[in-house]
Amino acid sequence: MSEAYIYIVTMAVVTYAVRALPLTLIRKKIKNRTLRSFLYYVPYVTLSVMTFPAILSATGSPISAAAALIVGILAAYFGGSLFVVAAGCSCTVLIIELFMMLN
Amino acid sequence: MRKRNYFKGLVDCLPIALGYYAVSITIGVAAVSSGLGIAEAGLASFTSFSSAGEFAGFSVIAASGSFIEMAVMQLIINARYILMSAALSQKLEENTGIIERLIMGLGVTDEIFGLSIAVPGRLSPYYTFGVISLTIPAWTLGTLTGAVLGSIMPDILISAFSVSLYGMFIAVFIPPARKSKIIGGLVVISFALSYIFNKLPMFDFISNGTKIIILTALISLVSAVLFPIKEEDDV
Repeated sequence: MSEAYIYIVTMAVVTYAVRALPLTLIRKKIKNRTLRSFLYYVPYVTLSVMTFPAILSATGSPISAAAALIVGILAAYFGGSLFVVAAGCSCTVLIIELFMMLN
Repeated sequence: MRKRNYFKGLVDCLPIALGYYAVSITIGVAAVSSGLGIAEAGLASFTSFSSAGEFAGFSVIAASGSFIEMAVMQLIINARYILMSAALSQKLEENTGIIERLIMGLGVTDEIFGLSIAVPGRLSPYYTFGVISLTIPAWTLGTLTGAVLGSIMPDILISAFSVSLYGMFIAVFIPPARKSKIIGGLVVISFALSYIFNKLPMFDFISNGTKIIILTALISLVSAVLFPIKEEDDV
């Protein structure tokens, strides 16, 4: 199935171009204030948009997922590191889903 | 300094690497069921390193779609990386060379972007090199595992791994939301609009990747016009 390799190469080339070109071509500090503000807000907005509501369907049940969301927000709000917040979310899901399995 | 940044990247990305390993097991299963062999599944993950992109790509392969269709599909699904890559260009140490930038380009994913933006001050490319030298192998290995073993891993473990990815997102946007009322408000608005956009059936024809692009561009643009950052603020 050599066609498979053409598909795979097409996927890889387009994905890489999209990722690498802006990083490589934009060499200077952008002066335009609106554009700078836009790029400043992009990360927070895009991560928020990707988190909710997608997190609700990431686990076995929306209940464990919602609990993980709340634990994650609280842990991050009170200064938990990246690892602590991520592990807190995982443990919440493990505990709640184990509990649900036993019941 | 380079060594230190490299190892800091290696350590910081540990939860991402674990999460990637778990998530890519599903990718491996999807690859095999679309007709790819085990080695081809591994190769696709090693070279594309993109969950949504690969899922969509496998659906094109399964349907024997054209190569043009594949290219357009990948462009649309991964278009948000254009914004992320542009944002990273402003965060990067200014003397970073072209080769270093080209290597960094391999590692622009949602999670690695989140991690990189959270680094205080300027971003060293060696930090990213540390991150990708663990996460790309984890992604590839997970895919191979999924392709070989199918889905015998307990669901509960997959759930726990998958949610840790979102935990990492949360750890990036909550601390600045606590400090800045504007970012806090943006997070709430983003959650609300994203929920509406995903639940209303009239938007079902738009893919998830495209929804993320539209919402990100719209909300960030309105914020940039209404609340421009001060000149001395660093992006």
